[in-house]
This record gives sequence, C-alpha cells and structure tokens, in this order.
Amino acid sequence: MSTPMRPDHWQHDLVKAGEHKELNVLNLGPTHPATHGIFQNVLTMDGEYIQSAEQTIGYIHRAFEKLAERRPFYQIPTITDRLNYCSSPINNMGWHMTVEKLLGIQTPERVDYLRIIAMELARIADHIICNAVIGVDTGALTGFTYIFQDRELIYDIYEEICGARLTTNMGRIGGFERDFSEAVWRKIRHFLDHFPKKLKEFESLLVRNRIFMDRTIGCGAFPLDRALAYGFTGPNLRACGLDHDVRVMDPYCSYEKFDFTIPIGTGGDTYDRFMVRQREMWESLSIIRQAVEKCDRLADKTTYKADVPEWVLPPKEEVYNDMEALIYHFKIVMGESAVPVGEVYHCVEGGNGELGFYLVSDGGRTPFRLHFRRPCFIYYQAFPEMVKGAMLSDAILTMSSMNVIAGELDA
Amino acid sequence: MPAFTIQAERDQLVVDRLRAAFPDGVVADEQFHDMRCITVRKDVLHPALRLLRDELDFNFLTTLCGMHHPGGEGAEERLGLVVHLNSFRNRHRIRLKAYTAMKDPVFPTFTDLWPTTNWMEREAWDFFGISFTGHPNLKRILNMEDFPAFPLRKDYPLEDPTREDKDNSMFGR
Repeated sequence: MSTPMRPDHWQHDLVKAGEHKELNVLNLGPTHPATHGIFQNVLTMDGEYIQSAEQTIGYIHRAFEKLAERRPFYQIPTITDRLNYCSSPINNMGWHMTVEKLLGIQTPERVDYLRIIAMELARIADHIICNAVIGVDTGALTGFTYIFQDRELIYDIYEEICGARLTTNMGRIGGFERDFSEAVWRKIRHFLDHFPKKLKEFESLLVRNRIFMDRTIGCGAFPLDRALAYGFTGPNLRACGLDHDVRVMDPYCSYEKFDFTIPIGTGGDTYDRFMVRQREMWESLSIIRQAVEKCDRLADKTTYKADVPEWVLPPKEEVYNDMEALIYHFKIVMGESAVPVGEVYHCVEGGNGELGFYLVSDGGRTPFRLHFRRPCFIYYQAFPEMVKGAMLSDAILTMSSMNVIAGELDA
Repeated sequence: MPAFTIQAERDQLVVDRLRAAFPDGVVADEQFHDMRCITVRKDVLHPALRLLRDELDFNFLTTLCGMHHPGGEGAEERLGLVVHLNSFRNRHRIRLKAYTAMKDPVFPTFTDLWPTTNWMEREAWDFFGISFTGHPNLKRILNMEDFPAFPLRKDYPLEDPTREDKDNSMFGR
C-alpha cells in the first residue's frame, strides 16, 4: 500500500498518526456565514480540535496605498471610509488630523468637540456590531436584533451631519463642511436619552448570562506579553489587561480635556473582549455627554472650521453662485494648494485600536507615500496562535470577538 | 518644564546611545514635526532595533513599511524600510529608517524581535520586493501569488498599461 499524497502544509505539527487517526484539512471560508466577511482559514484539524491554522487574506485588497499616491489630499478621505467601514468617521477624521499636522493647522476648540461627538458615536456603532455579532455566534440572536435599531439612530445622525450613512466622508481638513444643524443636536440628545436604556437591556441579555459566560470565558485567551509582541492595540490589548489607549497616551483633538476611564480585562479571552467593548460604549456615551455640555458652555456657538481658506472648501451656495468660490473649490479638490515637504505619523484610537497614518509629502499635490497602520491587519496574524488547540466553534467565536474587519485588513 | 522639552531630551538620548553603539552607523537624524527620525545604515538596523528594545524601553513596534525612491537627478534609486517604535512607559515614539540599493534589497528579518513584523515584512516583500532573510514564511500576502510585479514601486503604473479602451489624453495622464 502506497503512502497517500498529502499537501505540504499537512506535514508540520503532525500528530503521531496511528491506524485510526489522521488529520483533516478544513477550509473555513473564503465565504462562510460565520466569518462575517471574506476570510479564508485553512485549518488542520485533529478531530474537532485545531492543530494549526493559516489565514489567506487579500480578497478585497483595493491597493489604497497606491491609489493614495495619485490622489490629492482632499480625495483621500473617501479611501479611508472604506478601511474600517463600521466606524468611518474615525478614519476620516484621523486622516484630516494627519493633514492638519503636516500643514500646521490649529483647529478651534468647538471643532474638536464636534469631532469627538462624531468619533465617539462611530466607536459605539463599531462596538455594537462587534458585540452583537459575538452574541450571534454564541447562538443569541435576540441582542443583535434589539441593538441594531440603535445603530440606526447613529447612522441617522451621520446622515444629518454629512448626508451619508456608511461611508461617510465626514468632515473636511480643518473642520466640517457645515455646522451641526438643530436636527443633529436634537438627534444626538435623543440618542443620549434613549440609548442607555437599550444598552442596559442588551447587557442584561448577555453579561451575566450563564450560557454566554460558560461559552466565552476562557475561549481564545491570549496572554499580555504575546499580545504586545504581536502589536495588539485597542480593545483587544486592553482585554489582556493593559490600560493603553491612544486617546490618553497621545491625546489628540482635545481628548485630554475629557474625563473617562479605560476599561481593562484580565485574561484576554472572548468574554474580556466583549466586556471591554461593552464598558467602552458607556465611556463613549459619557464622552459625548461631556462634549455636548462643553459645546453648550462655549461662548462660540458657530465655528465649525479652522480659518484656513486655502484648505477649507467654500460653502456650497457660494460655489454654485459665485465664480471665485467655484474656482477655489476646484483648486482645493484638485490639490492646487501648497503642501510643505515633510513626513508625519498621526494615530487615532479607532474602533479596533491604533489607526495610524504615515504620510510622506514631497511637496507635490499627492502624497509621496501614505501608509495606513491598520490594527486589524496587525493583530489578525496572532489568530493561529490564539486558536491552536481550541475547538472549531471557538475559532469562530475568537475571530468575531477580535473584530476583524475585512476592509481594514486588506486595505 | 513643558512636555516637548522632555521629549526632545529623550530623542537626544536615543540618538546619543545609537551613535555611541554604532559610531558610523547613524547616517542622518532629523526632526519631522513631533517625531525624531533617525536614518541608520542598512546593516545596523537590526542591532539598533534590538538595542532600542532591550535597553531603551521601546517595547512596542507600531509599523514597519517599505518605501521606494525612484532616483533621478543625481539621486540613486533605492528602497527604504521605515519602522515606528513606541515606548509605552515613556510615551515616546521614534522613527527609524534604512535604505538599501536596488540590486540588493535584503534585510535580516525582525520577527525574532517582534513577531508582529511577520505580516508587515510580507507586505513589504509583496509591494516593494524587499526580502528578509530568516523570515519564516516570506510570500505575497495581499496580492495574488503569481503577481508579476512589485506594485508600490514608483515605476509601476496605477492603471493597466495594456488597456486600449480608455483615452486619457484629455486628462493630462
């Protein structure tokens, strides 16, 4: 009897194969209802247990870094939308702040607060998706259907601010394209009144639920030192027990004026990741409340952009009615404003961790090089180590609790 | 004392330590906005990162990415590697760069220092053709395996050059 042919990747980590035991290769994905996106995992299975995993990524790679080298600064936010599309405003504003850092633009206080409101709403929307999906993957669909109604409220606010819901392209270099309208403020206040009740209800379904706890505690645990070595940031790092948050460590956008705590976990397992995100939503709510209060207290009630006419687009009414404004609009969008030579790295706390923009400018109308530090891309490589020895269903749960977003992973 | 003074002192400390350890290894040392950028010789990058990690508390590698300078006008065409480090304890970030000639774009792998560079190095290989000796699994990561070029090099056109159905003569391309 000849030895059966085996692909090469079967060879490593082979358990001692007896008469009745052999390893299976299981393709999880690329399209699979449980992976929530296009991910392929080639799992080598010993029965129900995972021996090793290898990810294939790049299914929705869109060459953003190459595209960015051909786009003037104003045309890049639409790319950043599509990185982590669950929290586009954070990406948009991260990019705007990067450009502002390069150009040396100081934003007014009120702009910072408006941005913080938008960014924290985005963080809540991002965490809602992740936590609701953890629930779904443990078999609890109810929480998902409840809390997604409130994600709609957030998207309504986006729509009122900038006209778009998912890929928002929100804000401009130096601030916003227009001030928050009365309807925006009304909707934000409605959200602040309404959401805590729903979040509490969602929590009561899962947080102390015996079945949920048994299913998630100890599942996909990862020690802190490995998490740091693997470059974890954001909720996944905090779940391992380190209180690292870019908003606190390298404050941007006036976050230093806000009072909030950084929730941490202990074991870095699925339950910890869930709880960290859950408590971050409460912190985000408190930050939004503080920002609204600060806006109310500010004497200045109208500023929504920095005073940089060479970068802030003129108002639409003028563009449509006034020759000069139209010319400026075109010049700015097509990248005719002077850009200094230099390089900057700016990072913001995205929904998944440190979202960094490394921008190199040679003085041309487009970036010479733009590199996105995408937190998903960096922490997803730890996945094989996290699921080694775990069961197949734990791998699904680990993946959804890490919140791997295909757009951010593949750029 | 304002915070930036402390940061400037720390930057200087890092530069001094690197200069002491690698007397002719530090090629340039510039300040870009809020971050110090140290360019080191190619063969010094790995030991320099080890020194920064072990002795100067830079526990976290933020990014590692490639870079291509097409040369021309007297400048030589070269590939670069950019590393951002972060020290959580000192809240201090620093950028290191190293350049390599086109004919020998090889660095030692950094996965022995930080496993997180695994995919970053694969990305640099995929897009710039920078290879890393000792890397456990150096193959393309985002592009397909038989992709014929290194697409982020400046000489690779953004649009497919073989296309004939588009007339871009009116768009200045």
